[in-house]
This record gives sequence, C-alpha cells and structure tokens, in this order.
Amino acid sequence: MATIPVMGVVAIVVFAILRLTPGDPAAIIAGDAATTEQLHQIRIQMGLDKPLYVQFILWAGQIVRGDLGISLISGVPVAQMIADRIGPTLALSTTIIVFSILVAVPLGVIAAWRQGTLLDRSTSAFSVLGFSMPVFVFGYLLILLFSIELRWLPVQGYRPPSEGFWPFLSRLILPTLALGTAYIALITRITRTSVLEVMGEDYIRTARAKGLKENAVLIHHALRNASVPIVTIIGVGITHLIGGVVVTESVFNLPGLGRLVVEAVLARDYPVIQGLILLFSFAYILINLLVDVLYTVLDPRIRY
Amino acid sequence: MSFDWLKRGPVRAVCAALTLSTSMLVAAPAEAQTITAVMSSGLRVLDPVVSSAAITNVHGYMIYDTLLGTDAQFKVQPQMAERWEISPDGKTYTFTLRDGLKWHDGAPVKAEDCVASIKRWGEVDIMGQVLFGLVTDIKVVDDQTFQIVVRTPTDVVLSSLAKIGTRTAFMMPKRAAETPSSQPIKESIGSGPFKFITAEFRPGVRVVYEKNKDYVPRKDPASWTAGGKVVHVDRVEWVTMPDELTATNALLNGEIDYIENMPYDLLPMVEAKDGFKVEVLDKLGLWTYYRFNFLHPPFNDRLIRRAAMHAVGQEDILKALTGNPKYHRTCTAIFGCDTVYASNYGADFLIPANPERARELLKEAKYDGTPVVILHPTDNRTVSPQPVVIANALRKAGFTVNLQSMDWQTLTTRRASKRPPAEGGWNIHATNGPIVGITDPLRNQSVATNGERAWFGWPDFPGIQALRDKFAVTADPAELKAIAAEVQKQVIDEGVVVPNGQFMIPTAYNTKLSGILESPAALFWNVKKAR
Repeated sequence: MATIPVMGVVAIVVFAILRLTPGDPAAIIAGDAATTEQLHQIRIQMGLDKPLYVQFILWAGQIVRGDLGISLISGVPVAQMIADRIGPTLALSTTIIVFSILVAVPLGVIAAWRQGTLLDRSTSAFSVLGFSMPVFVFGYLLILLFSIELRWLPVQGYRPPSEGFWPFLSRLILPTLALGTAYIALITRITRTSVLEVMGEDYIRTARAKGLKENAVLIHHALRNASVPIVTIIGVGITHLIGGVVVTESVFNLPGLGRLVVEAVLARDYPVIQGLILLFSFAYILINLLVDVLYTVLDPRIRY
Repeated sequence: MSFDWLKRGPVRAVCAALTLSTSMLVAAPAEAQTITAVMSSGLRVLDPVVSSAAITNVHGYMIYDTLLGTDAQFKVQPQMAERWEISPDGKTYTFTLRDGLKWHDGAPVKAEDCVASIKRWGEVDIMGQVLFGLVTDIKVVDDQTFQIVVRTPTDVVLSSLAKIGTRTAFMMPKRAAETPSSQPIKESIGSGPFKFITAEFRPGVRVVYEKNKDYVPRKDPASWTAGGKVVHVDRVEWVTMPDELTATNALLNGEIDYIENMPYDLLPMVEAKDGFKVEVLDKLGLWTYYRFNFLHPPFNDRLIRRAAMHAVGQEDILKALTGNPKYHRTCTAIFGCDTVYASNYGADFLIPANPERARELLKEAKYDGTPVVILHPTDNRTVSPQPVVIANALRKAGFTVNLQSMDWQTLTTRRASKRPPAEGGWNIHATNGPIVGITDPLRNQSVATNGERAWFGWPDFPGIQALRDKFAVTADPAELKAIAAEVQKQVIDEGVVVPNGQFMIPTAYNTKLSGILESPAALFWNVKKAR
C-alpha cells in the first residue's frame, strides 16, 4: 500500500519539474518554419494554454482511471507506446541479468576461494576494466569485431521472439555483452568480497572439519551466508539498468523504453515522460520489494 | 586492427555451421523487395499541414500526391492535374484532374477533395497565405474540375501549388481536409505512389510504406516532383537510428540500404568501401543564416547590426559546419545561389570577416557593451557550430558576448520569446533551411518584415513588405527579377537576415539501389533494388 503515496509524490514532482523545464511540444509538432501565431494555435489545441493546476487535475484524473493519456507529438496513446517499446527493454534486461549472474557469481566465488592467485588477480583486473570502460566504447568495439569484421552478428535492431529464436537472440548478444560486462564486474567484486568475509568464519572451518567437499562448503555455507549483499547489489544493478539501457539501446538501435524516454524528453512529450516515469518508479518499488522478500528467504533471522 | 585469425580454421567452420543453421532458421519464402532507409530524423507527426518538419514533408511525398509538380529547371508541371487553363484576363485558373486517380481506400479523387485540401493548406503555409490574400473565389465545377479566381493576374497560383520544401500543397480526401489546420488529421489516406501502413507505424522508430498498386503514374520522365512516379519496390521502411555511427555500421553490414543525411566525419568509412556510393542528391542544398532580434538592444540599431555582419565571415562558419569544401560554398543570395532570383548583393562584406571595420562601426554607433545573447543548440549538428563561430567573431570585433548552450527544443521555445535577453530572451539565433524553400521573396519567410507577425526576430520594414506584396501581383518575369533584386538589397542593408553560405548534405547508399532521383526532397519512386 506504501506504493500508492510514493507514486503520488513521484507524479506531482515529475509534473512540476517537466512544466518548469523550458521547451515546447508545439514547436516540435509545427517545425522550424512555424510562426508564433501558429505555435499558439497548436498550444490551445493541445490544452497547454490552460493553467498548470487545471492541466494537473486533468492528467491526475486520467491516471486514476488507468489512462496514461495520449502523446502530444504522435497522437498515439501512451499505454500503446509503452506496450510497443517494452519488449526490447524487457528482453535486454533479462538477458543482461541472467548473463551477469551466471558469470559473475561463480567468478566471484572462485576468486575468493583462490584468493591471491593469478586467477583472483585477473578477476580483479577484469572487474576494474569492465567497470571503467564506457558502455558505448565497448559496444562499438564489439560491433567492429563481430559485425563489421567477422559478420557473425547484426549491428543493430530488434526482432521479437515471434520472428524466430535466432533473429531474436542474435540481436541481443552484443548489447548484452556490452552492458553486461559492467554488471559482471560489479557483481563479481561484491561476491568476492562477501565470500571472502565469510570464509574466515567458524562455521566454514566446522564444515570443512566435518569433511564436507569444498564445493558444498563454498555453495551451501559460504555463498549462502554471503548472499545478502550479493542480492542487494543485483537489486541495485537492476534498478540502474533502466539508466544503462538508454545508451545501449541507442548504440544498438533497440527501440526500447530507454530510447523512448530520451525521445520524449527531447520532444517535451509530457504525457509520455510522465507515464514512463510512473512506470519506472513502480518498477523500482517492485524490485526493492522483491529484494526485501529475498532477504527473508536467504537469511531467516531478518524480519520486517 | 586485423581479425584474420578468427576467420581461419576451426573458428571459421563453427561460424559457417552457425550461419547455415541461422539461415535455415530464418529462411523465408520469396521476400518482398524492400528498401530500408535511415532518414534525417524520426517521423512522429503525420500531418504535413500541421507540421513544417522536413521529415513530415517527405512522408507527404510518399503517400500524397500534388496537383502540380516542379521539375529540375524550376518549371511548374502538371501532376494530378491533367491540365490547367488561364482565362484571357489572367484571373481564373481552371484545373482538370487526371482520369483514374484514386485514394488509397479505393474512392475516386474528386475536385471537392482538392478544393478542401487547398483551403486547409492555405491557412498555414506562407505561400498559401499569400495565395489566399489574392483569391476571390475557389469553387468546384464538376467532379474533375475546379476553379481558382484571383483579383489580379499573378504567378502565385501555380508556383504555390507546385512548391517544394516545407508544407507542400498535398491533396487529401475532403473528410481529412476539413480538419482544422491547427489539429492533426486522424488518418493517413492519400492518393500518392505509396500507402502508409498504419499497423506497422511506430512513432520515432519505424515507418512502413507499401507500393500503391492502383497508382497511375504520368508517362513523362521523373524530374524532382514532376513526371512519372513509378514505384519499382514493394516496400520502403524508414528506420530511425539515434546513433549515426550505428547507422553507418548497419549500412556497411548490409542491414540498411540508404542513409539520407550522412555525417561528414563518417564519410571516409563509406567512401573506402566497394559497393557503396556517397552522393549529394539535393544539389541546391541548404543555406545557413543567423537572425537578429530587432526588439532589443544592441541590434535594434542598424549600425550595430552592420558591425556584426562585417565581423562574421562565411568561410569560417562553413569550415566549422562541414569541414570539407566539397560540401559547402560561400553565397550571399537570400533566395539561394543558382536559382532564378539569385543575387550576390552584399558579397563584399558578408563573405570575408572584417573585424577592423566592425570595430570602427561599433565606435561610430557608440556601442555601450550591452551583452549579446547568442542561442547555441548543442544537439543539432547542422546548427551547433555556427553560434560558436559567430560568438568568437563578435568577441574579436569588440562585442560582449554571452553564448548560451541548450538543447534544440529549449532553443525553439526561447527564440519565440520577445522578452529582453537578460530576462530569457535573445539577440542572435542561427539556423538553416533548404534552398528550395526560399527561392523567391514570398516563400522565404525570413524576409517577411511585418513586425510582430514576422518570423522570430520580428523586423519591421514596411518598404520590404510592400515589395513582397508587389511581387505577389506581378506576372512579368523581368519585373519579378527586379523586385527580387531590390528585396535582396534592402534585406541585406537592414540586416533582416544574414546569410552564412550554402552547404550540401551527402546521402550514402548501397549500390544495389539504382535510379535514385536528384531532388531537394528524398524521393523513393523511380528507385530499383537489385536482388
């Protein structure tokens, strides 16, 4: 239930900030040759000449009825625009999260287990590199190698799964590698540190003394007890993905929500920006809720 | 960097297997012949009357047809009209439509549709407004014939209906054309050579057109927007790519066929590869210019305007803009070089930078150091370099300059503000536009000087307006030229608009495409694609 007041506050703040930002959707619609008079006529037609509080009441009324409104620029309902564009973002986010977790958690555990070895130092070096390299630089390098030189993968675009598994997957591999590397670096570092912290605990020594295999010690005792900070960083990573996909979607031309946000902001398409930010804030709240629930599963001592 | 080791031996075998399995997975029956193009910007507004955006106008050419066209010699030619007749007194134009014209929904095109379309367009287009200032009657004669009656003989009836550039007079069904001109139309039904596929339209992402199989092209060869609009492909898809490097890579990888506006700095990537062509299709190109705000100091003073005009040199701006002399030329003609009304008046002081003369003029004008606020859009590569060069040149001449950076959207709001520069207004803003849209004193809206009703900057010079009015009601070609030359002189003398030269934007495409027309607008008829 706490979600509703949070989103209410978000709605008010976003509405106020947008209207205080200079810019005019009428100018986008009318184009460069429009006169002051023509812009004024379009503003009237879009209802932008009404007092701000009236505009807010009208918009809030729509939101309460579950209607996100209509794009000022294209005239398409915001809900439809989001539905059209959510596929690439969901697909990319999912592949990045799955890929990052599958690579980063084992890598972090092994680095901790083999602390001080060449493997550990290589993992640390990779983490620093992966986290430092801008996504677009890595993205362009991947395109140069895999698309232009080798011609293995397409440069850009998105195909929904309905058009075939490989067309769908082949267009996600490079963006996943580009953005996933930073997340792998982040999760690997946290996993390594967390596992290292618990490796010196008494229960690890006890588990080894009981004669448990090293795999079992690492997975069931070390990793499980180190998992709370790892889950936290994965949760934080997912929420930050929303920002990360903006660049990735542009470099790989994925028509997702990240690009839609940028387009809507540049065009001052108020209903679209407002609808998207409400959606993102809902996603943030949901992810935080999921992380909190996971804490209680992973560590029964945690109670809310 | 070489990746040859990856192309050999086992790696290559794995790739071949992967590629084969991929092709088996995606193999489809005979594919439609499709041109995939990255246009200058994403299409969001579909109504070419409401929007003056270039991309909306190109969309208009895809799905709508025009009553008249303009050929490469600037001559007006019939397009939807089979013919027109002018009464002996030169005041009544009778247009007869071609047989067999159909809207995309199958209904026949009628004269009443054309009359409604012309009326709606005439409310907002600068040429349309001039036309309707002269029109005394516009009426349907029968389903294929209508008349326009003007109060005095004029060249404007034909030249306005045939205009290229922003807000072309496209014909729409009457039901769409009856929509108020400030309100976007709800459907995209035209009678043009392509059909708009509404179900596949994703604003700002993808636009799909299919060949209009019912379209009957004219028999004469295509030239600009005149002649036969023969479509040789099944589909044209416009894909929006926000990143220019990605678009270039996609072209090189064969994923797209055509980039309308190729960035100058990425040209070597395409020019170095076989199978691709870089070409300037709009030979007239664009003009870049800046505009003073006449409402506030210091540019409400003619002498200070002249000082600024001496301070800024065209070559410096053009070099910063294109970085390649192949794609620019100095030009002071406010109706464009190589056009009917081209004049080089002002070339002596507009082309070279002369900061010494500018300083003398500033002294003479007793310039008090009032800061000059210049608007600088950072997110538009064809408008971003100019303000920086102008600011630098003005500083050298002794102006106090406040260069304010912002996004293009903020600029479009800011330039409409008539407030003093210190309170959110401005003194100078630079932009550009296609030459084809400024080829005479009527269609070049930057030379309108009707004060508060003029374009941003709001110059007020009744003498220039009177010349424009005279141009509208003159039919004699020699007299029209004389009037245009006088407009050029007065506009430059008063600093109504300051031309900074012309530049061309190259188009890059895969050589699988052939028959691409040279034209001021990107046109997709006549284009063939090899399989």
